[in-house]
Amino acid sequence: MTNVRDWSSDYDIFDLDYVVDPYPIWDDLRSSCPIAHTERLGGSWLPTRYQDVTAIARDVEHFSSRNVGVVPPAEGDDVLLPVGVPPISADPPVHTWTRRLLLPWFSPRRVEEYERTTRALCQRLVGGFADAGHADAAADYAQQIPVRVIGVMLGVPDHLSDTFTGWVRDLLEFATDTPRRNKARAEMVNYFSGEMEARRNGSGDDLISVLLRSEVDGDPVPDGHILGTVALTLIAGVDTTWSAIGSALWHLATHDDDRRRLVAEPELLPTAIEELLRAYSPVTMARIVASDTEFEGCPMREGDRVLLNFPGANRDPAMFPDADRVVIDRQENRHVAFGAGIHRCAGSNLARMELRVALQEWLARIPEFRLAPGAQVTWAGGQVRGPRTVPVVF
Amino acid sequence: MKIRVDPDKCQGHNRCYALAPDLFEVDDFGQSTAVGDGTVPSELHDAARLAVANCPEFAVEVVED
Repeated sequence: MTNVRDWSSDYDIFDLDYVVDPYPIWDDLRSSCPIAHTERLGGSWLPTRYQDVTAIARDVEHFSSRNVGVVPPAEGDDVLLPVGVPPISADPPVHTWTRRLLLPWFSPRRVEEYERTTRALCQRLVGGFADAGHADAAADYAQQIPVRVIGVMLGVPDHLSDTFTGWVRDLLEFATDTPRRNKARAEMVNYFSGEMEARRNGSGDDLISVLLRSEVDGDPVPDGHILGTVALTLIAGVDTTWSAIGSALWHLATHDDDRRRLVAEPELLPTAIEELLRAYSPVTMARIVASDTEFEGCPMREGDRVLLNFPGANRDPAMFPDADRVVIDRQENRHVAFGAGIHRCAGSNLARMELRVALQEWLARIPEFRLAPGAQVTWAGGQVRGPRTVPVVF
Repeated sequence: MKIRVDPDKCQGHNRCYALAPDLFEVDDFGQSTAVGDGTVPSELHDAARLAVANCPEFAVEVVED
């Protein structure tokens, strides 16, 4: 049972009912109070309309990215990561040069280089359970993919994948558990600081080594920025895409028509992927109000947190006719699963490739599957929403 | 048909490239431009319209129909 009585003035993004089924709540808010407010977790605003979410995302003058967590920072965060995790946590001008350092790693051309590795990984994972007749599409498959692709990019050993996954979950999924979050942050920073020392003056072609050799305006990139960017690549590249893959497989397990059509008409995969990203967008980011402002009648004060509710924006019927229905050949689909404006997700091409390859390889081996009888599907929410267990049979 | 990408609006989502790879080029920083002078062969008109209708920044436009 929900412990929230009034979603317009007391919402709770970690409420279990909301995490499992936020759609009717957003629908109610859009027609009654499209920008909700809460005092919980340090207080925040929650826009639910596409036009408001995208307007705030693009207004970098009034809405700063200096803290993008949906849960306020813990004491000491700035000691371990003194400049945050740029470019996501930076405003211009720092945003501009830190983003330019990272973007080439995620261009379509570069992402193509990771496709073969990703496909082999997916084939190995599916091969591990295809004959068993059952699997957990989230835990045995979706969760195993992005962390290993990011691991290749960072040049870190495969056997640390579970450790990385644990850190990311502690930092995002369990963000309200401050000791747990702090411990994960300290371990992650300690690990990457050590890797930076080990690779300094080296010739490696991984992201850490290349950033250590990079220059901006003739000067080396400060260590704090490299550490932050490397941490960001891990934090933003794991739970997000795994949630998108898991949601997509959950949808296909529970919607026979869509699954069979996609198997019969694989040419629909590109629009199907965008539609699944729209309908089950995993990521909510935050902004900090830079100076007192009134937005759509809401008196926002300097320092207030605003949640960029991309998942809610993508369900807005004013922008998407039949918004709560998945239409795998939807033609007009300007979804903002990867954000909008200058902070558009830097890894979106990589995420899209991983989602496409993960679905292709699953459907090639397991075209017919459904939720296991009596299956308990569980969802995580907050900064990133997605299924954690999706038991299926085939 | 002729298309163009507004360089001031493009934020590098690359949705146009994902949906119509024959019609767009993307640089290392994600910036997209129309291939050649933007002329779309008739067999790719639908793909061009799809690219226009999927840009979250409203950066892809048909300039001649």
